[in-house]
Amino acid sequence: MHLDHPVNMPHRHTHSAEPLQGDGSRRALRIGLGGPVGSGKTATVAALCRALRDELSIAVVTNDIYTREDAEFLLREAVLPPERITAVETGACPHTAIRDDISANLEAVEQLEETLRALDLVLIESGGDNLTATFSRGLVDAQVFVIDVASGDDIPRKGGPGITTADLLVVNKTDLAPYVGADLDTMASDARRQRGDLPVAFTSLTQTDGIRPVADWVNGRLAAWRTGAVA
Amino acid sequence: MPCAALLVLADGRFPAGGHAHSGGVEAAVASGAVRDTVSLEAFCRGRLHTAGLTAAGLTAAAADGHDPLVLDEAADARTPMPALRKVARRLGRQMLRAARVTWPSADLERLARDRPQGVHQPVVLGVVARAAGLTPLEAAQAAAFESVGGPASAAVRLLGLDPFDATALLGRLAPEMDDVADAAVTTAGRLTDLGVDALPAASAPLLDLTGEQHAAWTVRLFAS
Repeated sequence: MHLDHPVNMPHRHTHSAEPLQGDGSRRALRIGLGGPVGSGKTATVAALCRALRDELSIAVVTNDIYTREDAEFLLREAVLPPERITAVETGACPHTAIRDDISANLEAVEQLEETLRALDLVLIESGGDNLTATFSRGLVDAQVFVIDVASGDDIPRKGGPGITTADLLVVNKTDLAPYVGADLDTMASDARRQRGDLPVAFTSLTQTDGIRPVADWVNGRLAAWRTGAVA
Repeated sequence: MPCAALLVLADGRFPAGGHAHSGGVEAAVASGAVRDTVSLEAFCRGRLHTAGLTAAGLTAAAADGHDPLVLDEAADARTPMPALRKVARRLGRQMLRAARVTWPSADLERLARDRPQGVHQPVVLGVVARAAGLTPLEAAQAAAFESVGGPASAAVRLLGLDPFDATALLGRLAPEMDDVADAAVTTAGRLTDLGVDALPAASAPLLDLTGEQHAAWTVRLFAS
């Protein structure tokens, strides 16, 4: 039994990282959101949706380890209509589902893109995990890593792939810093040392328009994506 | 002579979405049917000789070159619960995606085109094995192993079972996996003369019932 010759059967991008659709337009931008449990990923997703849903067509895939919880939070908050939110089970392995075996998430993203024509943006929220969990480039075009000040101001110094390689690092709950003894300047300089020129956003989502830095970053990535400036 | 392609395909890390499925273990843990290594072994043995055998038969037939669309219908007939048919097709789609990149072939492209909604995973496994240059026996071995390997690792995650004990369990079951694979190949060999009815249709009623119930849980770790 011979395998098809590589010349006659060229490699196919069936894994769907291919950015161009049949009509030549770019598919939706896929952004992953990762970070430890309780850092504010779901709150970030909800705030982004509220801030951008009037200008952009958005859908969300959530990997909360208890499946319906985060999806229901988004529904309860009426952030997006139900047909725009999909929950995906990860079999108690949240990092596997976004990195080593992205099948289920990829299918969920593609199904949303197919049923909701002309999607601009898909947000994929991972289940809370430790600092080593990052998204596969086969699943997302860019990734945001969300940590919060209450988890310790030494987290940026500790580093890890999430802190160092995420396209955007979000340090959330800055309003709590005085209560937990977190030094924001230390966190900022530690983050800069770990990330060089890669952006860091300090947020307090409980404040009005607290999501603005992240929303601006998303808009910037989307503009670049549409012009094909980012591969 | 065993083929390395079999190791690539049967590897638990082959990215076909299987890690999110427990093969009924999550439901069994909730009901108390699986609570330790001894009960896990009983569960796996039972699954191997029912769902595993049925799957292996379909896989062997597909690997032997029989029409996957006909086998897909035969798989439907052997999967009475709608929830489990849906799961089987989803896993089939996911396996096909990974396989089209790993072992590009006209057969896999045709299957993707003919059935975008997906074909039962055991059938896809057989078509993929064939594309990878494997024999029906090797394909059936992969199916048999899969029928218990996934559930065992799900039980480790759900119960914190000693992974050494869980793996030893799989080691003990290996000869029975071989038996199931052999039986599957034998029945697949009768397909041409007797039709798909020659394929095993061993059922596990509790897996069927709990599978349908599990699909309706609002809180669960595994997709099935």
